[in-house]
Formats: sequence, C-alpha cells, structure tokens
Amino acid sequence: MPVWGVAGPVTTAIALAAMVAGVALGLQAARPWWRLGGSLLGLAGLVLLLSRGAGALLVDAGDLARVSPAAGFWCLLLVFMMLMADALSALRPGPRLRLGLLALFLVGLAALLASGALSELSIMQEYRGRVAGFRTAAARHVALALGSLAAAAAIGFPLGILCHRRARLRSLAIPVLSFLQTIPSLAMFGIMIPVLAWVAATVPGAQEIGIAGIGFAPAFLALLLYSLLPVVANTVAGLDAAPPAAVEAARGMGMTDRQRLWSIELPLALPVILAGLRIVLVQNVGLAVIAGLIGGGGFGTFVFQGLNQTATDLILLGALPTVVLALVSAILMDILVDFARRTPKRESA
Amino acid sequence: MIEIDRITKVYDDTTVVDEVSMTVETGTITVIVGTSGSGKTTLLRMINRLVEPSSGEVRINGEVTRDIPTHLLRRRIGYAIQGHGLFPHHTVARNIAAVPRLLGWPKDKIARRVDELLTLFGMEPAAFRDRYPAELSGGQQQRVGVARALASRPDLLLMDEPFGALDPIIRGRAQEDLRAIQQKLGSTIVLVTHDMEEAIRLGDRVGVMDGGRLVQHGPPEEIVARPANAFVAEMVGDAERPMRLLSLIPVRGLVEPGAAGGDPVPEGASLRDALSACLWTGRDAVPVERGGAVVGRITLDAIRGRVEHRA
Ligand SMILES: Nc1ncnc2c1ncn2[C@@H]1O[C@H](COP(=O)(O)OP(=O)(O)OP(=O)(O)O)[C@@H](O)[C@H]1O
Ligand SMILES: [Mg+2]
Repeated sequence: MPVWGVAGPVTTAIALAAMVAGVALGLQAARPWWRLGGSLLGLAGLVLLLSRGAGALLVDAGDLARVSPAAGFWCLLLVFMMLMADALSALRPGPRLRLGLLALFLVGLAALLASGALSELSIMQEYRGRVAGFRTAAARHVALALGSLAAAAAIGFPLGILCHRRARLRSLAIPVLSFLQTIPSLAMFGIMIPVLAWVAATVPGAQEIGIAGIGFAPAFLALLLYSLLPVVANTVAGLDAAPPAAVEAARGMGMTDRQRLWSIELPLALPVILAGLRIVLVQNVGLAVIAGLIGGGGFGTFVFQGLNQTATDLILLGALPTVVLALVSAILMDILVDFARRTPKRESA
Repeated sequence: MIEIDRITKVYDDTTVVDEVSMTVETGTITVIVGTSGSGKTTLLRMINRLVEPSSGEVRINGEVTRDIPTHLLRRRIGYAIQGHGLFPHHTVARNIAAVPRLLGWPKDKIARRVDELLTLFGMEPAAFRDRYPAELSGGQQQRVGVARALASRPDLLLMDEPFGALDPIIRGRAQEDLRAIQQKLGSTIVLVTHDMEEAIRLGDRVGVMDGGRLVQHGPPEEIVARPANAFVAEMVGDAERPMRLLSLIPVRGLVEPGAAGGDPVPEGASLRDALSACLWTGRDAVPVERGGAVVGRITLDAIRGRVEHRA
C-alpha cells in the first residue's frame, strides 16, 4: 500500500513537505542553526507520519495485529539525528545551554510518549503489556550501571592515588586491570556464575546479603571489574598531568602530602578523572544488558526474551531505552567535565 | 643568619654539591652563580629540605633545620621556584594567599596582604586579583610567583632564577624592584642565577659554583677584582671586568673640589655612569651633585686610578 493510502493524502503531503524542507535546510553545512532547525522539522514530519500511519493501518485490523516502522523510518531517523548531532557540535553550546537542550529533548520525548500519538506502534503495545516489568527493569538497569560505577570509584580513586605515588604498585595493578578488561563480556558474566555460587555456598552470611551464582550480584561484580581500569588509569593519568612546577611549589611552601593532594593535585586531575567516569558509565549502561542473560535484570531481560522468541519489538523495548540512557549519561558526564574545567584556558598561544 | 655547614649531596656515584659552606647574614642578598648543572638548584633546595643533604647541616639562627618537621620549616622559608610554579586553577589572589592560608591567617588580613603585595609589584589589585595565571603575561606570572614567596614575610627567601623568563628591560626593572623591596622589608634572600651581571647587580655577597663546589664567595667587588681562579675570571668575562668593577663603585668616594662643565651626575651614581658621561660629552671631568646642589667634580683620571688600584 502506498504511503498516502495509509496516512491520508493531506497528512502525507504535510509530513513529506516537512521532511524535504528539513533535508534542504539540513544541507546548509555553513549554517548550523539552519541545520538544527531542519533536523527538528524533519523529525517532526517523520513522527507525524508514523503516528497517523500506524493508527490508519490498524483501523480494521484484528486485536492481534502489529505495526512497526521498517527500514525506511530508521534510515530517515538516523539521517535527521546525524544532522542534529552535527549542528550541535558546530554550534558548540556551553554546558548550561547543553543541559537545557537535554532537558528539552527529554521533556519532548516524554510528552510524545505520553500523548498517545505513538500508542498504536507495536513496541508501545509490548510496553503496555509489561508496564510493571519495564519499571523494575529500568530501576535495576540504572542500579547496576550507577551502583557499579560508585563501587568502582570508591575502590578506584584510592587505588589510583596509591598507584600515582608508588611506581611498584602501579606496575603491578595496571597490567592486572588491563587483563580483566580484555576478557570478553559474555565470558566474564559466565565466569561470575560459578565463582559467586561457590562464595554463596561456602562463605557464611553471603547468601543472606543476596550473593548467589545468578542474579544481581554476579552482574554487579562483573561490571565493577570492567570499571576499575578506566577509573584507576584515568586517576593516575590525571594526577601525572598536574604541572610538576606547581606540585613542587606546593611542596616547597610547606603543604603536607594530604593538603597537596586535595587542593592541588586532585582539582587539577578532576577533568581527566571525570572523563574516566564517563567512559565507565556509558560502558556499564551498555554492558548491563548482558546481565539479563544471567538473571541480573535490567533492559537486557527484554532483549534476551525477544531474541529467544524472535520478537523484534521486544528486543527494541530493551534496546531503545538502553541507547537513550547511554546517550543521556554521556551528555550529562560531558557537561560535568566542562564544569570541572572552569579555569580559563587561553585561546591558542 | 643562615649557616650552611659543609653540605654535600651525592646521587648514586656523582657528587652534585661538594662540601659547600657559607654564611648568609640577616637582611642581605646572597647570589649563587654558576653554569648549568653546577648544583645551584640542589644547594638551594637543601636549605628547605626539598632535597635531603647526604651530609652536613644547615642552621637558621642557630637552629638545625634537620630537627624541624619539613612542612613547618618550609612554611617559614619563601621559595620562588625555577619557572614560576603557580597553581593554574587558583586565582592570582589565592595563589599569593597560599602560605598565609596554610598558616591560618584571618581572611581580612590575607586580603590586605594580597593587595599590598600586588601594589608593591606594580599590579593594580582590582585588575589582577581575580585573574588566573593563564591570563597573565610571563613577566606578570613571575612577579606573582615572587609575591607568593614573600606573602607570609618569611625569615628567608629562596629564589631560583626568578627573572629567567624576562626580557632585558623588564628584567632590569624587576631586579631594581627586588632590591627596593628587600631593603624595605629587610628580608634575607638567597638567589640563584647563571647570569654574572645579575649576580653583581643584586648581590651583597656572590658565591660562584663550579662542578658542585663553591669556588669563591665574597662581595661582588672582590669577585670582579680578584677572581679566585680561571673559571671565575671566565664567568666575570675579561672584556667586561673594568666596566663591571666601575658599576659597583659609587661616585661619592672620588668627588674632588673644583668645577666642570656639563650636566651633573648624582653622587650615588656609579663610576660607570660618570665615565660614560665623560666620554659622551668629550670632557675630562663632570660635576657631581647632591640633592640638587653641585658638590664638586669627578675626573677621568680619578676613575682610571680607581680601576688600576682595584679594591
Ligand atoms: N634527583 C636527581 N638525581 C640524579 N641527579 C640529579 C638529580 N637532581 C639533579 N641532579 C644532577 O645534579 C646536577 C646539578 O643539578 P642542579 O639542578 O642543581 O643544577 P643547576 O645548577 O641548578 O642547573 P641549571 O642552571 O640548569 O638549573 C646535574 O648534573 C643534575 O643532572
Ligand atoms: Mg637550576
């Protein structure tokens, strides 16, 4: 069936016009504001067509009928998203503006989902069937990603500081952590199962605090192990990068080791340390999907259920929120790094 | 008074500073001069124990530095590091306030001290207080570095090539400023440089180092007039020697009665200034003034005689 037959000729004309105009505006590489406007216009057209089209297709269909967007939609979505990303990077908005834009985007997304405009899409129908499950999965996913990040920070910062001050420890710790990083994620999650099952069986009290071969504990531990290298390595690199003359001056004026660490070395290292945390957070949001495989919960549950049943929409229900979560974390952490880099750097030399 | 007593530093098998002894009187500037790698920085850093001596000791007003906890010792000694070493993430004011903050001075006292120092170094406090080091010129950064070292009015100020990054004109001005500030505050300064000109201009005492050893130590006139060995003579420079000597001697001592033509030179000026006034105007003598009144004259013959007889 042709598109105007699905969404009606008027809607189709408006939406197509919006998308064409969007692409035309988006091609103005030298004018990032036009490009940004074009990408928004195009997205609006795309969403309009999607919501009207889906509704129309289902009018006479039975209860079990499902509509989902096909390759054409995803391609166009990709094009407009890339235009938007490019426009934003050319505009180089300050951290405050970026925070505002991010909030605007999230509010817009929430409004779109709440409005019911997309409720006819099969992914939304999958969602409606599992609202409670989706909420737990989301909470669990965030808990896995943020929790392992916090634990990695709690262990990694002190370890990084010690590695910075003692070359022997550094030459020992960094290779071990690098080795952990090279273990493929599926294997890592797999290894955790027997290890933690053994811990649960032998260490008294371990079971009571929730340690078991499958579930949250092994997933959390695997993520933690992956997180340690970026945290430790970036802490060491950040501390190393503090200007030697400033560190020497701090010693020369009579700061104790601790005073020097807190007021000179750590503040100077902060942007690099935060960059490490950014890597970890984005990586963990993605890796936490695999927790679904060993009963750890999170969005991975839907992905693997969907894979088993070859239900694409169920996979998407797990994958899309993960992508959004990863994007949002990356942008938030970037903003944080920018704030930490407050001290002016002179433009060029 | 700082007494450096047969202090030595050995790294592996090389002796970097070799049994150096010297006494620095309170309220004077001692300049240590030597070629690159002669051990000047190491000697300086053994005074505040950034480098621990292999043997020998340093006494400050009779107190052995080895017995003072390092961080407390260093808070008493100002240190302007080679290459300013400012904290890039702190404002100028916060940089200067670093040691007073460590010492727990009250806030308003610190703020007053910061403004006082900025004014002293010719930097308008309102304009510079809240800038970051990256927003200053190289010369301004160095001045802030020196101001930071002076902030807590330390008993002793150690300066490692503080004017290294400055162009000749600013450098000359900074040296005059340092002299003036030192005389005003009565500070004791040990300053390291590889520039003999700077050593002669600033030092009450000059120590010449070569290969870790202190080969000569004395007033600048003595270093110029009677170099202890060939190395010191080379540092002073054969061609420059007469002029260096003249630049150290004020006109005051050679004034004789009589009249001469031309513009008068002040009696506090150096013989070098008087000589160039004579040569430039083509006269054998120029008048000398004190507080605006001519008190006599100085002759080319007297200047020549002074050089021939040395000190
Ligand atoms: N930590 C160290 N370990 C080994 N050798 C050192 C160390 N620090 C300095 N040295 C050596 O000691 C010698 C003197 O160094 P120092 O820094 O005191 O020289 P300097 O006179 O200040 O030179 P410059 O004018 O170039 O600053 C040099 O040969 C240097 O290589
Ligand atoms: Mg040096």
